[in-house]
Amino acid sequence: MSLVLEKRAEQSKAMAYLSPLLAVALTLLAGAVIFGLQGFNPARALYVYFLEPVTTWWSIEELIVKAAPLVLIGVGLAVCFRANVWNIGAEGQLTVGALVGSAVPILMPEFQQFPVLIVILIVGALGGALYGAIPALLKTRFGANEILTSLMLVYVAQLTLDWFVRGPWRDPQGFNFPKSVSFEGWQLLPTLGDGRVHIGAGLAVIAVIVLFVVMGKSLKGFEIRVIGTAPRAGEFAGFSARRIVWFCFLLSGALAGLAGICEVAGPSGHLQPAISPGYGFTAIIVAFLGRLNPFGVLVAGLMLGISYLGGEAAQIDLGVSDKTAQVFHGILLFFILSCDTLILYRVRWVPGVGRQPHGHQSQAQREA
Amino acid sequence: MGAMEAVVLTIITASTPLLIAAIGELVVERSGVLNLGVEGMMVVGAVCAFAAAYTTGSPWIGVLAGVLSGVGMSVLFGFLTQTLVTNQVASGLSLTLLGLGLSGLIGEGFTGLPGVKMTAIEIPALTEIPFIGPVLFGQDPLVYVSFMLVAAVAYVLTRTRIGLIIRAVGGNHHSAHALGYNVIAVRYGCIMFGGACAGLAGAYLSLSYTPQWIENMTAGRGWIALALVVFATWVPFRVLIGAYLFGTIWIMGLYVQGMGVGIPSQFLSALPYLVTIAALVVISGNRLLTKVNTPACIGQSFVPDR
Repeated sequence: MSLVLEKRAEQSKAMAYLSPLLAVALTLLAGAVIFGLQGFNPARALYVYFLEPVTTWWSIEELIVKAAPLVLIGVGLAVCFRANVWNIGAEGQLTVGALVGSAVPILMPEFQQFPVLIVILIVGALGGALYGAIPALLKTRFGANEILTSLMLVYVAQLTLDWFVRGPWRDPQGFNFPKSVSFEGWQLLPTLGDGRVHIGAGLAVIAVIVLFVVMGKSLKGFEIRVIGTAPRAGEFAGFSARRIVWFCFLLSGALAGLAGICEVAGPSGHLQPAISPGYGFTAIIVAFLGRLNPFGVLVAGLMLGISYLGGEAAQIDLGVSDKTAQVFHGILLFFILSCDTLILYRVRWVPGVGRQPHGHQSQAQREA
Repeated sequence: MGAMEAVVLTIITASTPLLIAAIGELVVERSGVLNLGVEGMMVVGAVCAFAAAYTTGSPWIGVLAGVLSGVGMSVLFGFLTQTLVTNQVASGLSLTLLGLGLSGLIGEGFTGLPGVKMTAIEIPALTEIPFIGPVLFGQDPLVYVSFMLVAAVAYVLTRTRIGLIIRAVGGNHHSAHALGYNVIAVRYGCIMFGGACAGLAGAYLSLSYTPQWIENMTAGRGWIALALVVFATWVPFRVLIGAYLFGTIWIMGLYVQGMGVGIPSQFLSALPYLVTIAALVVISGNRLLTKVNTPACIGQSFVPDR
């Protein structure tokens, strides 16, 4: 018995919408099995994990706080992946954005008027963009693989942040804890009402809308799509693949940096060695689950935000390991990629042709 | 034991996991497949090896568990990229994400437990020779295995029919298919070999390098192994050189740290990653070196029925 792919005459429109849903459904099923194996009641665990987070206003607020960075980073990565530019180091760009943006309140504590907020956000985004520029430069100038360079830079960024918060930027009144001074007043992002939702969520929505227009309506968006799907055709049309690499890295780096500084100036309020529970890596999944479409990313960001929240709740309520969320993320990406195959191909089980070379089979089909 | 001997011995232990993982990935890439899941397979190999060795008390069962778990992970990758023709970069990434999560979950009960250290092979008379003795004859078995792997891969790839087929599949899968070779089957085989090597490298980490389970204990070594394959321009013996170069840098960082030089430890810890970037830049900038052996079909999916 063997699994045979049959190319569809054209892409399946229905599957393009169904495949992410199918992937989520399969992940939930796999989740039930994993919970069962760990000795939890699968139904109860899935409820705590994926439904309870959206039952109270408090947790919905918390969900938006968690989803905002995922959407901000994910929407930038979606543009990269569309262009076949593989920025895997968003976590590093997030870290540097947070670090550089924090320089403003830490080095200029007296700067307390409203403009400081704008300055912090811009400097954070610039920091992320500059850090993203490193793999772009190495790629365009030396041809170095951007996957490996951007990923290596994540470790470098995290170690640098670690040095700053344990060394020069450690709060002298912080009882020796590795953290910076706490931000105050306009150094902090304004929140919505008295809640935890800060303007980072608004920035994420703006990024989604802007990139939706750019990708769908502008020449740049068209260039990106052409270079991504047919690089040779793009070059014949006079589009520069190098400039696309630069554009993608600067854009996604800036958005990751913005997400980073929003984490520090938002929920946490000070710099510390760990500022993100792997948002930069989870955003890769968000981009794919959102089908590399900005609005899709918005929905996907909320869905993965739920898994972070549910992970915390399940750990407290049921004693489920906090590692489970990461396993879910990996499984989810597996299922998304597998289900996307259904857009281009029909999958068929063919009994008994496993040992027969495929060439013969296609010949037989041609004759028939 | 002299100080120099100690340095050389630690360099060998730091280089071995890089070498094993990289030589496996080299075979995978020579067949035209890019598996970015090395880090994930390695970390799962490490935790499974530790768990099996701890439960049974035998490091060899641990090694076996590490290898098998690596193969299991790689089959998952093979099913996605070869059978379902998914994007190899994204699939490899998901393998790494899954591996890091899964290893944390499996390893939860094993954190902080005393490990089972693999005992070194000691040939009584030979190990007593100063310097050369312990370095050449007192290593643990996996170090010798790593050298044998390099020699075997080099021999098979360049001197045998199987090697020719692997290189043909990686160089031009359409031609290889037209000649009657089963491209998918060859690639599955190579992917599984790569998985076995990554699992073995992980097992070495948790049974010999630091005989215990620490979360994320691979610390980017899987990614460095991937970079090593590029650095070696897909030539097996250059992987050996590259792995020992990186191992040396890794250990030098630790020694300088220990000597209390005024450089913050974080920057010394970042050194291997920075050197990896530098190495990639130097090699990739040299088109003459990279062009010769780069598998032409690397990262491209193959659908036979077309």
